[in-house]
Amino acid sequence: MNRVRRTLAPYLLVLPGWLWLLLFFVVPMATMFSLSLQQGDIVNGYRFTGHWQNYLDAVADYRTQLLRSLVYGLVTTVALVVLSFPVAYWIAFYGGRRKPTYLFLILLPFFVSFVLRTISWRQILTDDGMLLHPLKQAGLLPDGFHVLGTSYAVIFGLIYNFLPFMVLPIYVALERIDPRVVEAARDLYATPLTAFRKVVLPLALPGVFAGVLMTFVPASSDYVNSSVLGSASTTMIGQVIQVQALSNSNYPMASALSFTLMAVLLSGVFGYARMLGTQDVMKVAAR
Amino acid sequence: MSRTDVPDPALLRGMTSRRLGRRDALRLGGVPAVGAFLAACGVEGKGTPQASVAPDAVEKFWAGRTRTGKVDFANWPLYMDPKKPELTRFTERTGIQVNYQEVIQEMGPWFAKVQPQLSAGRSIGVDLMVITNSVQFGQFRDAGFLAPLDHAKLPHYAANAAESYAREAFDPGNVFSVPWASGITGIAYDATRVGREITSLSDLWDPRFKGKVGMFADIQELANFGLLAVGLKPGDSGEQQWRRAAAKLKQQKDAGLVRNYYDQSYVDALGKGEIWITQAWSGDIFQKNLSDGTDLKFVIPAEGGTIWTDNMTIPVTAANPVDAIMLMDFFYEVGTAASLAGYINYVCPVPAAQEQIRKDAAAATGPDREALTRVADSPLVFPGEADYARLHYYVDFDTAEEQRAFQNIFQPITLS
Repeated sequence: MNRVRRTLAPYLLVLPGWLWLLLFFVVPMATMFSLSLQQGDIVNGYRFTGHWQNYLDAVADYRTQLLRSLVYGLVTTVALVVLSFPVAYWIAFYGGRRKPTYLFLILLPFFVSFVLRTISWRQILTDDGMLLHPLKQAGLLPDGFHVLGTSYAVIFGLIYNFLPFMVLPIYVALERIDPRVVEAARDLYATPLTAFRKVVLPLALPGVFAGVLMTFVPASSDYVNSSVLGSASTTMIGQVIQVQALSNSNYPMASALSFTLMAVLLSGVFGYARMLGTQDVMKVAAR
Repeated sequence: MSRTDVPDPALLRGMTSRRLGRRDALRLGGVPAVGAFLAACGVEGKGTPQASVAPDAVEKFWAGRTRTGKVDFANWPLYMDPKKPELTRFTERTGIQVNYQEVIQEMGPWFAKVQPQLSAGRSIGVDLMVITNSVQFGQFRDAGFLAPLDHAKLPHYAANAAESYAREAFDPGNVFSVPWASGITGIAYDATRVGREITSLSDLWDPRFKGKVGMFADIQELANFGLLAVGLKPGDSGEQQWRRAAAKLKQQKDAGLVRNYYDQSYVDALGKGEIWITQAWSGDIFQKNLSDGTDLKFVIPAEGGTIWTDNMTIPVTAANPVDAIMLMDFFYEVGTAASLAGYINYVCPVPAAQEQIRKDAAAATGPDREALTRVADSPLVFPGEADYARLHYYVDFDTAEEQRAFQNIFQPITLS
């Protein structure tokens, strides 16, 4: 009896976790995958026919938007690394007692709804808004100049909205670096630049990796920024999925697009991990 | 108006033929066993021919139903004075409590939200809902989700509604719906920036307004203007005509004329000078001018504009349909219709309300008087016969395939 209990105990302990995964991960994913292979219409219902053509159609019709999303995601991520590293570095090494305050300030805008923040930028960036109107009046910008509705506005929105997701992981990685390691490098006659390049940067890399993972994936699939700040020529794939699912009730197309996006992002992330020589993506990301 | 007396072909087909049900298709398709699990995860449709147009459908639905003392009413935002004076009057008179919710934002998402419960024959917690004569109206109707109305319970509607509403192509004879309010889709422009009078759809294709033109993201609205621009009637169009319209719209887009394809935010963009000339809904422009003191112009283009109708309907699973139909009829009392139109400024389905608003204006003083007079005199709230003659109905779909073809033709214009 005792032995039976001992053998079963670990499984019973894991059971809630498995049930959770089954209910909230496996079932929705299976449903979505099933939908991506169905045919029909919303009135008569969709039925499973193993219709792989949905994938080919989705990619054929929306490859431009798919590609554009990846490019926007990539540009955003690179810009975020460049912007966030100095910020995180400064807070980690020069923040002193005020570190928590600075981190709080970085997070502060996030207490306001994502959509509202983006709409506020719309108000600021609008053609004759508070930013452009004075510049146009002063003759510094031509009359027809506009930011809203361009790729710049969308990428700007993405950078703004995902900044903390890059700053925080890099900060955490930098924060863990023992200052004595840098001192040791300097003692061994490394210039500040060399010390940074050979000591700080490699130690901060897991943070950068985590940051990239946490920004590239959501930025590529975002649809709020492109719909609020963009125009018809800046449509991202998230927007297409949203319209297909909610406006057209074309669930198979929306699901096929989602799975395609997931496949592309996953292969991108694993490719990137390989490039960095990281075998276990999640382990590095969680560090 | 291009309303026809011929019933909608989709409706006729619904009465005469049996749809291919989901179960039939599974049997025909021979789905492999591996797919059985995946097949179980799906979206159910109705899959049966609707019975609600049968002659005894009305009796069948209403038999034995009685008042319960409450109504759950789902409507669009900004479609009633926030103080809801009409509902207060209704409750005072009948004792029926109305739970008014502004939960409908767009037709597509609303249909997607309630479809699973309605398919399963469950209540959606709504007894009265206002839905537009859109693709989704057809979906609601064809799937048998709408209760057939008992016109014996609608005496004020019979007495006061404008006659033309009984001939609407999407619901001839008002079997399932009566209008809440209508609106005109036309062109709005900022006269100071445009610098001339706008009269025609071709102005939306004028290279002088490059990058300053707004069009609607709603593909039905967009397609309507494309069709009218190439000289076609949306109501009589088919796939070939759609392709011509799409080419015309594509040309407008490729020339860099269109700044964006907007939802409701076009009003804001027009006010801020982001766009100078745009596709627009009549009531929005009227309200914007009234509330913000702007002087935006709204015109029905020479080639014609479109008219849409938001309709009161009762879901087939409503728990309180008798109270709902009483409320429906209440909105056709002249006083109620006048009070509503005085606030929302959309086309009022009760012509007699115009006289009532004039009377109210005479009794009022100051800015109230001025505002009410403007409403009563506005051709956008009470269009004349000449205006109606230039208004067209939407594209109608006979089949789901046709509808998908339509989406595939026009969706790439707004999502590219």
